[in-house]
Amino acid sequence: MNYADLFRVTLPETALEVAALLVLVVDLGLLRKAALKVRVVVAALLGVAGCGAALWGISLQTGDGLYVGESLVLANGGGVAVAQIGILILTALTLLLLIDSSFTRHVGEYVAVVLMAATGGLLIASARDLLVIFIGLELLSLGLYILTAFAKSSGKSAEAALKYYLFGGMSAAFLLFGFSYFYGLSGSTNLAKIQEAIATSGPSPLFYIAWILVVAGLGFKVAAVPFHLWAPDTYEGAPTPAAAFIASVSKVASFALLISISESWLRIGERCGPWPQLAGILLVLAAASMIVGNLAALAQVSVRRLLAYSAIAHAGYILLGIAFIPGDVSSSFLVEKAVLFYVLTYGLTTIGAFGVVGVVERATGSDKLDSFLGLHKRNPVLAAVLLVLFLSLAGIPPLVGFWAKFNLFAAVLGVSAGPVPFALVALAVALSAVSLYYYLQVLKRAYVMPAVDETPIKAHPVTLAVLVAIAAAVVLLGCFPALLQGWISSAYMMR
Amino acid sequence: MLAWTIYLSFAGALLLALLPKGRPALARWLAFAVAVAGLALAVAGFVTGMGQGRVVIVDVPWVPSMGIHFLLAADGISRVLVLLTGLAAVAGVLFSWNIELRTHEFFAFFLALIGGVYGVFLSFDLFLLFVFYEIAIVPKYFLIAIWGSTRREYAAMKLALFSFAGSAMVLIGLLAAYATAGSHSTGLIALGHANLPVSFQMWCFPLVFTGFAILAGMWPFHTWAPTGHVAAPTAASMLLAGVVMKLGAYGCLRVGIALFPRGLDPWGFSFVGIGSWRDVFAVLAVVGIVYGALVALVQTDFKFVIGYSSVSHMGFVLLGLMTLNQIGVTGAVLQMFSHGIIAGLLFAIVGRIVYERTHTRQLAELETMHLSKRLPFAAWAFVIAGMASMGLPGFSGFVAELQVLVGAWMVKPWWTAAAGVGIVVGVAYTWRVLQKAFFSDTLPSAHVLEQEHAHAFAPITWPEATGVVLLGGVSLAVGLYPKILLDAIEPAVKALLAGGGQ
Repeated sequence: MNYADLFRVTLPETALEVAALLVLVVDLGLLRKAALKVRVVVAALLGVAGCGAALWGISLQTGDGLYVGESLVLANGGGVAVAQIGILILTALTLLLLIDSSFTRHVGEYVAVVLMAATGGLLIASARDLLVIFIGLELLSLGLYILTAFAKSSGKSAEAALKYYLFGGMSAAFLLFGFSYFYGLSGSTNLAKIQEAIATSGPSPLFYIAWILVVAGLGFKVAAVPFHLWAPDTYEGAPTPAAAFIASVSKVASFALLISISESWLRIGERCGPWPQLAGILLVLAAASMIVGNLAALAQVSVRRLLAYSAIAHAGYILLGIAFIPGDVSSSFLVEKAVLFYVLTYGLTTIGAFGVVGVVERATGSDKLDSFLGLHKRNPVLAAVLLVLFLSLAGIPPLVGFWAKFNLFAAVLGVSAGPVPFALVALAVALSAVSLYYYLQVLKRAYVMPAVDETPIKAHPVTLAVLVAIAAAVVLLGCFPALLQGWISSAYMMR
Repeated sequence: MLAWTIYLSFAGALLLALLPKGRPALARWLAFAVAVAGLALAVAGFVTGMGQGRVVIVDVPWVPSMGIHFLLAADGISRVLVLLTGLAAVAGVLFSWNIELRTHEFFAFFLALIGGVYGVFLSFDLFLLFVFYEIAIVPKYFLIAIWGSTRREYAAMKLALFSFAGSAMVLIGLLAAYATAGSHSTGLIALGHANLPVSFQMWCFPLVFTGFAILAGMWPFHTWAPTGHVAAPTAASMLLAGVVMKLGAYGCLRVGIALFPRGLDPWGFSFVGIGSWRDVFAVLAVVGIVYGALVALVQTDFKFVIGYSSVSHMGFVLLGLMTLNQIGVTGAVLQMFSHGIIAGLLFAIVGRIVYERTHTRQLAELETMHLSKRLPFAAWAFVIAGMASMGLPGFSGFVAELQVLVGAWMVKPWWTAAAGVGIVVGVAYTWRVLQKAFFSDTLPSAHVLEQEHAHAFAPITWPEATGVVLLGGVSLAVGLYPKILLDAIEPAVKALLAGGGQ
């Protein structure tokens, strides 16, 4: 390893860290006496600039990453670059949503923590070594706990953070325990080396135990049933920009990590004889998440909780894709690309959804379904954005959510024949028909039912611009899905 | 040229959504202009397309990685149904002239729905067709939920969920077909040539067919139709019965039958006389015909009568499709056109002309109102529409149903016999509502006459009169000279049934 390489490969992470420190210096040093409004704008813009610098850093990366000795520690390019670019863009969007909010006076700290958590996200998307993965994951998770608790005057925020923290701590312990078994089995912390060692040493029950522990730890991060219990409370209690961050950036990063782990390990069994499928447990989680997420969402009256259960359901669809990542490289890319397409567009849509909920919540004081009554009169633009985003989440064409699902399911059926994948895809499609009901519950209040209160809802121009841009992107990518697909494919080609 | 029907409708919808609110007259005229332009394009496309087979209109790659093309084309069947959509759109705008609540949004949703319908009829790429098919769901929901009447939110949600469940079944089938064919094209023609294994077609056909047939009102999945029709505002009922149910039937034909022809083969065993999916769906169609008619016979709400009659008439379409012979399928397509026109006319009379003046749809109350004297225009319009609906010679319904029945006789005579019962009951329920609603013979007392005179109904407006003349005239014209449509439909059906060439 040489340090010039390390610096080059970690340029994006470094850029984010520098931006985080800069935000702290500017906010706590230069702008101490400035008005809160100014500080928020400056901090958010510095954060966005940091994301921009990190994007530039990604564009400078060449080669396939950082090697220590012969083992790859941090990967570059391909799916990693796609996930990292997605993380940075989504982070920038959640920072822009901050401009309108007033839940905290400590904006410098908030933005710094967001940037550090995003650094963790970049790390886990690219890490190929268990220790680096764990460091990145903890950096991300600790940031998220803090962000959840950031509304210091709100009891709900503190409660949500505590629950999130306790669940998170436990799952980190599971994950680390699983990692230690992998190390014990193979004598290495490198994903590729572990794969090699296990493939030569043959089956061992310990390997399965370790796999289950790791899946439990990562299942928590992506809010898959039965590790989902934190999600509704956290989504409900966290300040809006933080909830949007948790729902999007953290999801993208965690799924990117799951892809790289699955890519290395999922098919070990197939290559060395008749092992039971490792993917089985992922399929169980996927099916459970789809069923529980969609059915529980039907009963929600809080829109944030509804979004949380819908996130669980979407995690189920994505896990379904990941579980079918096949052994050979070219067709595994097919599924990975579809998963990335899904995760990125879902992240984008959900940020917009939280943005709308945030604006409505500030105006009405609640995120209950009924606070959306008459939204089309109170703010027609906001209502139109809500319409586009929720229909996209439900998977109605020609919005991008439809293509995400379609792409993923077609990829799954394309790479694996047989009754099991077909039955699971059929279940997923059937449950997405169920999901239309609860999305329509919100839209029905926004468009159909009479308004109780007709005073206009004002949204900050920046927030409104971000939301309209997100909705426009959802429509545009829905009408021309090839744009995003082509970009993801070209990233894979360069690898 | 026909492609512009789609673009124009969506552009109109977008424009109406963006225009500043508070100018209902502007919204109306704009929507009317868009609908008329669409109809003009549809007529022009129909006329220029006469004697031609399938003509590709647009073909550009859309999602290259999956082989999806933005492929619009038209054959005789498409051209006829596009023409129907144009007529229904114009009539729908005319009969929505009195919408005052959120007029811009109403017409925006209306035109978005119309655009989706045009799109389905013109798509020759499987997934493009599916995309347009789903686009039509959302506007339907809002049209009913916002501007509807009786239990509108319930009916709208029921309709949306039935539609979405149906399209989920279709999507599963299409995904499976796409994966099984392994081809890198999703064009209907390319997939038609893919020679899908028979065992696959055997289970995929019923899935896709049922998915589409839900929207065509196939018994026992028809229950969304009467509630949806009744709750919908007049224009939406007209569109629902007029074109949206045809989307389902069209999907059954264009996707279900054309892509999975072997799915209709005999199973090799038979159970109580049913030996293939063809028998199953034909029996369901016949049950729908008779059941819809019988239920219509006992309704107390005028609009429910029409709602159930739609289920009955759509049964003829499905029965015609299941004959799989030239005359039966031609009859089915003609019945789609014919029922679209007639149902539109019936709903317009009941939901708009009568209801807007009497404010009731209960037959018992209408009975006391002497409508034949007070609303002679409505009464005579309904007589004409009722005759067309009964299938009297001289109207489009006669030619269509006759062909379906002849086609069915050639396969299994008892299908025709059972469907014939439905026709007889159809005469009965039409007669019953005609008599109850318009020509009840209780003589009004002098006092009542005086009161009625004092509260005279508003006169018939020009949009109403125009709409009635348009729809009634078309039904009559097609009934008297069906060749004009049959010349377009027959070669297309022949090509489709021959497979490959479609």
